[in-house]
Amino acid sequence: MTSVGLQECLLVGAVLFVAGILCMVTKRNAIGILMGSELVLNGANVNFVAFAYFHDLFNIEGQIFALFTIVMAAAEAAIALAIVLNFYNNHVTVDVDAAEDLKG
Amino acid sequence: MSFADFLFWIVALWTGLSAVMVVVTQNIVRAALWLLFTLAGTAGLFFLLGADFVGAVQLLVYVGGILILLVFGVMLTAQGPFVNLRAGAGEWAVSIVVGLLLLGLLVSAFLMTDWRFLPAQPPDPAHSRYVNDLGLALLGSRDATPPGTLPGAPGPEPAERSRVAYLLPFEIVSVHLLVVLIGAAYLARARRRRGART
Repeated sequence: MTSVGLQECLLVGAVLFVAGILCMVTKRNAIGILMGSELVLNGANVNFVAFAYFHDLFNIEGQIFALFTIVMAAAEAAIALAIVLNFYNNHVTVDVDAAEDLKG
Repeated sequence: MSFADFLFWIVALWTGLSAVMVVVTQNIVRAALWLLFTLAGTAGLFFLLGADFVGAVQLLVYVGGILILLVFGVMLTAQGPFVNLRAGAGEWAVSIVVGLLLLGLLVSAFLMTDWRFLPAQPPDPAHSRYVNDLGLALLGSRDATPPGTLPGAPGPEPAERSRVAYLLPFEIVSVHLLVVLIGAAYLARARRRRGART
């Protein structure tokens, strides 16, 4: 078995990304969809840190972009949970299929 | 296979399997538990890839913060015991096919890319960046990044890498976080329903 390189790390990132996309697609619970988006952001973060590790020129950029992504994810989780709570107050469910108020 | 490689494969398998279990499991609380394992595994990957500060921030913010927030969201929006929120079998079949296609696309993309611009030898741990370099870059110090040329950039001559610092993005992201938190507190404020007894 060869030593672990960039491609193995990118494989882990790709698996996380696809799992997040599938989670967003198949869950009907709004909080499950939120978990899927966290998985997608984590996959992107793994790629950033992998590039930071395997190339000297990127090892500040990769880590700093990963930090920015984490902050963005925290902000996104806070605002999305607030929206989900509002949705629950109005519809008494978290099923996203119930969000059809704008249907003509 | 060195010990670090062994550790990497263990952590990578752990992370990937937990991520798949987040998708597969139907109970939302169990999904939150598998998400906890995934996030902790990702933090382990960050430690193995030499990003110790990013791994620590991942543990603090994700595992300690966002996951607690999600669990509180689950508790505040509790469903009745017989509410069925599953997707249908046909939707599962289509989404699994699309997911496998997407995974194949991503894997073939990085397998077919020419990675020769990367340094041939494995990275030297002595050159890895530590917390003080990250702090200098966030404070806008121009000495944080070495000069060099960008590899892999298109064009005849190699592109010069500008010496950048991250003070302005840092400030923007701080103000953004403040605005978002105020907005979240406004959106999620307790409202008395009309006609409800107090």
